[in-house]
Amino acid sequence: MASAAQGKELTARVTPKVRTADSSSTFIGKEESLRFEILGLDFFYGSKQAVFGLNLKIPKNKVTALIGPSGCGKSTFLRTLNRMNETIPNTRVVGQVLLDGQDILQMDVVKLRRRVGMVFQRPNPFPKSIYDNVAYGLRINGYKGKLSDLVEHSLRRAALWDEVKDYLQKSAFALSGGQQQRLCIARALAVDPEVLLLDEPCSALDPVTTAKIEELMFHLKDSCTMAIVTHNMQQAARASDYTAFMLDGKLIEHNETPKLFTTPHDPRTEAYITGRFG
Amino acid sequence: MSDVRLMWRKFLNVVMLTLTGVAALAVVSVLFMILGYLIWNGGKSLNWDFFTKLPKPVGEDGGGMANAIVGSLKLLLLAAVMGLPVGLMAGVYLAEFSGKTFAFVIRYTTDLLNGVPSIVIGIFAYSLIVLPVKHFSALAGGVALAVMVIPITVRATEEFLRAVPVSLREGAMALGASKWRTIATVILPAASAGVITGMLLALARVAGETAPLLFTAFSNRYWSPGWQQPIASLPVMIYTYAIAPYDDWHRQAWAAGLVLLGLVLVANLGCRLVLNRRGTYRSV
Repeated sequence: MASAAQGKELTARVTPKVRTADSSSTFIGKEESLRFEILGLDFFYGSKQAVFGLNLKIPKNKVTALIGPSGCGKSTFLRTLNRMNETIPNTRVVGQVLLDGQDILQMDVVKLRRRVGMVFQRPNPFPKSIYDNVAYGLRINGYKGKLSDLVEHSLRRAALWDEVKDYLQKSAFALSGGQQQRLCIARALAVDPEVLLLDEPCSALDPVTTAKIEELMFHLKDSCTMAIVTHNMQQAARASDYTAFMLDGKLIEHNETPKLFTTPHDPRTEAYITGRFG
Repeated sequence: MSDVRLMWRKFLNVVMLTLTGVAALAVVSVLFMILGYLIWNGGKSLNWDFFTKLPKPVGEDGGGMANAIVGSLKLLLLAAVMGLPVGLMAGVYLAEFSGKTFAFVIRYTTDLLNGVPSIVIGIFAYSLIVLPVKHFSALAGGVALAVMVIPITVRATEEFLRAVPVSLREGAMALGASKWRTIATVILPAASAGVITGMLLALARVAGETAPLLFTAFSNRYWSPGWQQPIASLPVMIYTYAIAPYDDWHRQAWAAGLVLLGLVLVANLGCRLVLNRRGTYRSV
């Protein structure tokens, strides 16, 4: 039944009209290789369009932040990058999303999601032990090696190992909110994704835990490309290399983070980051 | 506001509070009256023989209902084996896979099936199984009870699966799990406490059913080996014994009622204990 729906969706996809970029991301140096390239992306919930002709480049091993007021389509956009929106009925994608030059809409969705991990707004550990949570992705992907080594490695990468190493068999619900969120990051990292999508990962966390997660993101850059949606402009300024500002489903401005926050080109960007709306 | 008006409002408040309170008390006291009466009358007639002996012929005092206790358990086992898997899987389909229109049809049909009088379900099993083979059997009784178990299980499963937060589904899908994998490894375990409780309630409900057994399992004053013969059950024994003109039989009917209630209660408590031991898994 699900595959039938997917089939319908595939036929509904139209050849993309590649639009000229309003912000052509020329500041991204030639030497930087791209992980994601999004060309003329439209997204529809039923007949309601949520994303309009979006062009964006996401360079490798960098953090790209997406900012904008609530409902501007940044979460929707993020969720098209691993095709999570397909789980919502009556949605439609037009345009191209290239992951390492390959159109993700043509890819096998399971393979895509293995390469593009996701961390959600609220920590969503499974009702299993800490160990089983991290091992989940490995198990469903039929990992044959030694699980416990990879579980430890992933928990270390998520800076959680020292706090939980003696309680691996305890329920994940016994952890605090911040620990749960890092557990979710460890769970996503376990399958060694090339990209990590973070959908407001700190909005339910206190400042200290938020700082921990930002530090974690900094260290993860060596091995991972990240795209983070955030409502917290300080967080975007602190933790990202590039920032994209979205408004009403359109990309308004995309630049290196320091430049976007100090010398925004578009008056709407300036109004938003100085707190005049949003 | 005038004083009279204020007085009236206060008065009305007290009256309504009292009325609702009395109604609530009535509900509770009815249950306790039944329980008390059952324990009082049943307890007096309950003895070791009741659990170990077969019924005595009319006119002889004593004897027990060992065959009916085992018979009820066998019928419930049949109902569970046939009804629970079907109910569970249909519930999963309803909650996870079906489109809007089809889901509406299934849900509506399930509710109708749930509302079908149990005697009608008895007739259905009678014409389906008893008539072709020309004799009553435990199997026919089990089928009748299974038909009653299914709709309750379907709705309980559906409800508890729907209560599992979307975030858990998305978490599993984002790791590359297929839909079925997500259901089997994340959603069902998260909902298991509720689903199992629902199944148990379904079994408890049919454990006390008499009508569907009257002309399917019928009854039997002796042991009933296998599944092909008429079999005694506690509810049918209660019915037969309660309308008989013998005082001793009335006492035994009370005892059977108490045992039936005890069985359901013990099963419920046991299940709850097992689920509680799994602790935090339920807190989703």
